[in-house]
Amino acid sequence: MKTKSNIEKILESGGFVVTSECGPPRGADPEVIRKKGNLLKGVVDAVNVTDNQTSVVRMSSLSACLILKEMGFDPILQMVCRDRNRIAIQSDLLGAAALGINNILCLSGDHQKFGDHPKAKNVFDMDSIQLINTVRTMRDEGKFLGGEELKGKPMLFIGAAENPFADPFEIRAARLGKKVRAGVEFIQTQCIYNVERFERWMEMVRERGLHERCAILAGVTPFKSVGMARYMKNSVPGMDVPEELIERMKGVAKEKQSEEGIKICVETIERLRGVAGVRGVHIMAIEWEEKVVEIAKAAGFLPRPQL
Amino acid sequence: MRLNYPTNVKVVKVPCTGRVDILLILKAFESGVDGVYLAGCLEGECHFLRGNLRAKKRVQYVKALLDEVGLGGGRVEMYNMSSAQGQRFAEVAREMTEKIRALGPSPVKKKVK
Amino acid sequence: MIVANRKPLEEILGMLKPYKKVLLLGCNECVTVCATGGEREVGVLASEVRLSRAKEGQEIEIKEQTIERQCDHEYIDQVRPFVGEYEVILSMACGAGIQYVAEKYRTKPVLPAVNTTFLGVTLEQGVWSERCQGCGTCLLDQTGGICPIARCAKSLLNGPCGGSSNGKCEVDKELDCGWQLIIDRLKELNQLDKYEEIIPIKDWTSARDGGPRKRIREDLKL
Repeated sequence: MKTKSNIEKILESGGFVVTSECGPPRGADPEVIRKKGNLLKGVVDAVNVTDNQTSVVRMSSLSACLILKEMGFDPILQMVCRDRNRIAIQSDLLGAAALGINNILCLSGDHQKFGDHPKAKNVFDMDSIQLINTVRTMRDEGKFLGGEELKGKPMLFIGAAENPFADPFEIRAARLGKKVRAGVEFIQTQCIYNVERFERWMEMVRERGLHERCAILAGVTPFKSVGMARYMKNSVPGMDVPEELIERMKGVAKEKQSEEGIKICVETIERLRGVAGVRGVHIMAIEWEEKVVEIAKAAGFLPRPQL
Repeated sequence: MRLNYPTNVKVVKVPCTGRVDILLILKAFESGVDGVYLAGCLEGECHFLRGNLRAKKRVQYVKALLDEVGLGGGRVEMYNMSSAQGQRFAEVAREMTEKIRALGPSPVKKKVK
Repeated sequence: MIVANRKPLEEILGMLKPYKKVLLLGCNECVTVCATGGEREVGVLASEVRLSRAKEGQEIEIKEQTIERQCDHEYIDQVRPFVGEYEVILSMACGAGIQYVAEKYRTKPVLPAVNTTFLGVTLEQGVWSERCQGCGTCLLDQTGGICPIARCAKSLLNGPCGGSSNGKCEVDKELDCGWQLIIDRLKELNQLDKYEEIIPIKDWTSARDGGPRKRIREDLKL
């Protein structure tokens, strides 16, 4: 065990990891986070806190992580490269570790044009792979990027995201390979609806032996309605929603659609559990956190191991 | 053909409407004219292959410029006809005259120094 | 070339409000190639301004002059004989040229008639596209001749990001994903193994971030 991360612990014990995520509020009220946290108590092994997701300004990930930590969770700090240069990033990594945060998810970050401040300058002093490398350098070598020694290594379990459905498909496993070589230890994927295509990606990943060098947690998101399913299919880049799922959602009465969405989600989880190399699941129920416990229960994940 | 067309139409002959560039049209307005129109070959039949298409694009561009300047893009137009279409020529001359009459004289009536 | 766009007429007229005698200076190099500030565009802008002023019942005297370029003394000096007759210089050159004219004629206000944008190429008549950001440490040998700094919206050195879709960038459906282009080119060159290499974090000191830059060749200085 390198760190105090609960994810690391469970993975080392051979268990299947369950994570979910929390979006901080667009304001300074900590109760919003506490409420979301309460919905996830006992349901997950660790919880992601997003970092100004889709470039929309929210309470910082680090502060929301601390609030969740105080509630007994093992938070995963999401950090994007869009808003901070290497000075701020290394500083925040030290701060996160000092506050007892054990996990980090290294991301490039959505372009600012999607958010509420499209006129902002973007930073991108480094990309997600260089960020992974930065965390590893600080943690394992005890050095800053400039080469000088630091006193008090940030013991963070290093994660990143991968999108098996983004283009170009042929290099997605190669890119994961780069992340692994840079030091990544766990991966959360973009939400999966097209399990066949995911299986093809996993084949490429296994061919390179990457599934043994990092833990892949498969992402899932339940549909709330057929409208949401269509939106995800047509308006979200890098998303693959098979037509048959849209048909399934359409074929059910409006009041029953959310139930169907949950059903599809649980079925997807079942299929993903059977894919060699998948070591866990990451349930993203954006603004629908109350359903995570239902999904986890139906998938047979509860109770979570208390190691 | 000896057909009649309004006397206020002054014809400037060019080998191809593609010869007409943006500045030429603007200079015409600077000289105090109320409207300008280009009569080019039918599309696909330009003697010089694409001159009339270039002219079409330039007329569209000048329309926007004239709107910005405040003279109004309606004062410039592109028409297409074959050299055999005498009737069409007279028809267009009348049509454009009516159009400009409805718009009124150019606000830049005095010749720009 | 350096690509620029002409400022909207309204903005230019606003800047010219206090003036009656204007020297409109074009440039025969980059801004001519991107049809923004060459002799033709100088003619068109002068005409537009005169028409606008005439419409308001006001006059304006505009001298139209296009010099070879505005980034070298010798050419800017060519207007010295008559620059004194004008109240203001309206320049259609790129930002570098406009500033240099201002440096040479310190007592004349110099106004920008264009917005300078990027270093680019002509894709076809009427279309210019960005290619370079002047980062100062060119790595085109590693990426098949396609720049990830200029052509990736996030300047990722180890792209693509998860937002690349059908070869297009998440920022704009019409915009090619820079990394898709790089990967396609590496394939054509049989250099896809280059993609496996992690490109390390960039040293931005040679870019704008390091501060305003200068290039000196001692052997050429007299």
